[in-house]
Amino acid sequence: MADNEKVQPSDKDPKVSQLSDLPGEVPNELPHQTALIDRHAILEKSPTLLLVASLLVVTVGGIVEIAPLFWLENTIEKVEGVRPYSPLELTGRDIYVREGCYVCHSQMIRPMRDEVERYGHYSLAAESMYDHPFQWGSKRTGPDLARVGGRYSDAWHVDHLMDPQSVVPESIMPKYAFLADKRIEADHIEDLLSTHRMVGVPYSDEQITSARADFRVQADPEGDWDGLVERYPGAAVGNFDGQPGLTEMDALIAYLQVMGTMVDFSTFTPDETR
Amino acid sequence: MSDRKIDETTGVETTGHSWDGIEELNNPLPRWWLWTFYATIIWGLGYTIAYPAWPMISGATSGLLGYSTRAEVAADIAAHEAKNSELAAALEAADLTALDDAEGLRRYATARGGSVFRAQCSQCHGAGAAGAKGYPNLLDDDWLWGGDIENIATTVNHGIRNETDPDARYSQMPAFGDILPKAEIAAVVEHVVSLSSDDYDRALAESGSTVFADNCAACHGDGAEGNREMGAPDLTDAIWLYGGDRDTLTTTVRDARFGVMPAWGQRLSDADVRAVSVYVHSLGGGE
Repeated sequence: MADNEKVQPSDKDPKVSQLSDLPGEVPNELPHQTALIDRHAILEKSPTLLLVASLLVVTVGGIVEIAPLFWLENTIEKVEGVRPYSPLELTGRDIYVREGCYVCHSQMIRPMRDEVERYGHYSLAAESMYDHPFQWGSKRTGPDLARVGGRYSDAWHVDHLMDPQSVVPESIMPKYAFLADKRIEADHIEDLLSTHRMVGVPYSDEQITSARADFRVQADPEGDWDGLVERYPGAAVGNFDGQPGLTEMDALIAYLQVMGTMVDFSTFTPDETR
Repeated sequence: MSDRKIDETTGVETTGHSWDGIEELNNPLPRWWLWTFYATIIWGLGYTIAYPAWPMISGATSGLLGYSTRAEVAADIAAHEAKNSELAAALEAADLTALDDAEGLRRYATARGGSVFRAQCSQCHGAGAAGAKGYPNLLDDDWLWGGDIENIATTVNHGIRNETDPDARYSQMPAFGDILPKAEIAAVVEHVVSLSSDDYDRALAESGSTVFADNCAACHGDGAEGNREMGAPDLTDAIWLYGGDRDTLTTTVRDARFGVMPAWGQRLSDADVRAVSVYVHSLGGGE
């Protein structure tokens, strides 16, 4: 660069205005700016101070938007009947998540007349309080499933999962026939329940110790399922997939049949302020 | 104003800030834009006062306008029910066998029933009510539990073989795989085929007829004409719920079928149940 004669030092370039060109002292702000803005300059000039102040500002938003959610009685109104999922239902729920059912099906009936008429009572927050993670969704390629429980027979679910077009010709749902061939074991069921307890689902010690038996007996109407129904009121017992042995189809249908059936809406009075 | 700095090249006022000789032009936002921006802030504040917004300790502020999504949907439903109330009440009180006595009631019931059917029943029975394998066709005159309006209403109300309604229609065919030897099942299947087809093994069907008389006639009738008290299908009419070929019939006899229908009385209003019954009755096969 030093060899290049065309490059002049900036203080000799007539096109570059110099500080000395300006009259007297150069003020760092316009004269009409107030003292408050003056003080703001302190923040702008100190990165640490700016970071701390930004954090404070964001914290205000956080406190206002997030903190009230921790008062659960405020966020989730109390309704009767919602219970943790039985071991088989919970397994079916995991299959539901694994297969990405939530990509096409929501579980959230909105408070609008057309939705209430088609699907049933609008969803309440309490109905998904034991869902980790919840499956509300916002994309409906297929219908909402929040209250699909009891709406169809187990045999219909088998027919429909094996070949959806056999019962609903216009459906574009893929076939899930392989679920009927995939056997499931109760090997990790205690761990599954314990993990859900860790994140706040009130599984009792009894429910966890009897998880293995409950897992198997729910799909065995010949078995002794009194304990299961006592621990999980309203749980549907049946050979869901209609074939011997426990399959993923059994678990998924057990889950589908409990969806939205827990709350008895004849005893529910909605809080109109919500 | 005389102390304003004007950049010579552009003729635009500068802020006076100077970093390493570089100055910042002061191009303020247009006034109209700025005032619109301030207006939206004021509007936003007003909005949070008018509508539910600010979270408090035990609930959010309810807003001066008292708006509530739940109240809105309840009012919306109530408004539509009010519009329907006269006809719905008439339908609930009406004798379903004498609907035509009241002006316009049949037309109302059929229209209302049609929309209920398409929303709630079509998934099994098909949008056109032609049914599917395992789900009866409602267009023909072959009825399992009875095709007059009263029987259809009972079926819709209480369902079939469900566990939620104690009044559900119930029957259970035994799984003959545990009862009869394979040869006898093959024979009785051949006999059932012979009832509605010309293409069968005469000798085998003949031997199957005694198996039928001993095991099946109690429910399906001596002449296999079915029994609506039991929901036992007519086996002579060549109308099949699960299929009439030998393989399907063998499965049916061996494992039995157990078709379930939900009790719609537990999910729909009385008027809806009556309306959809009238609709199904009107489809062509009603008795």
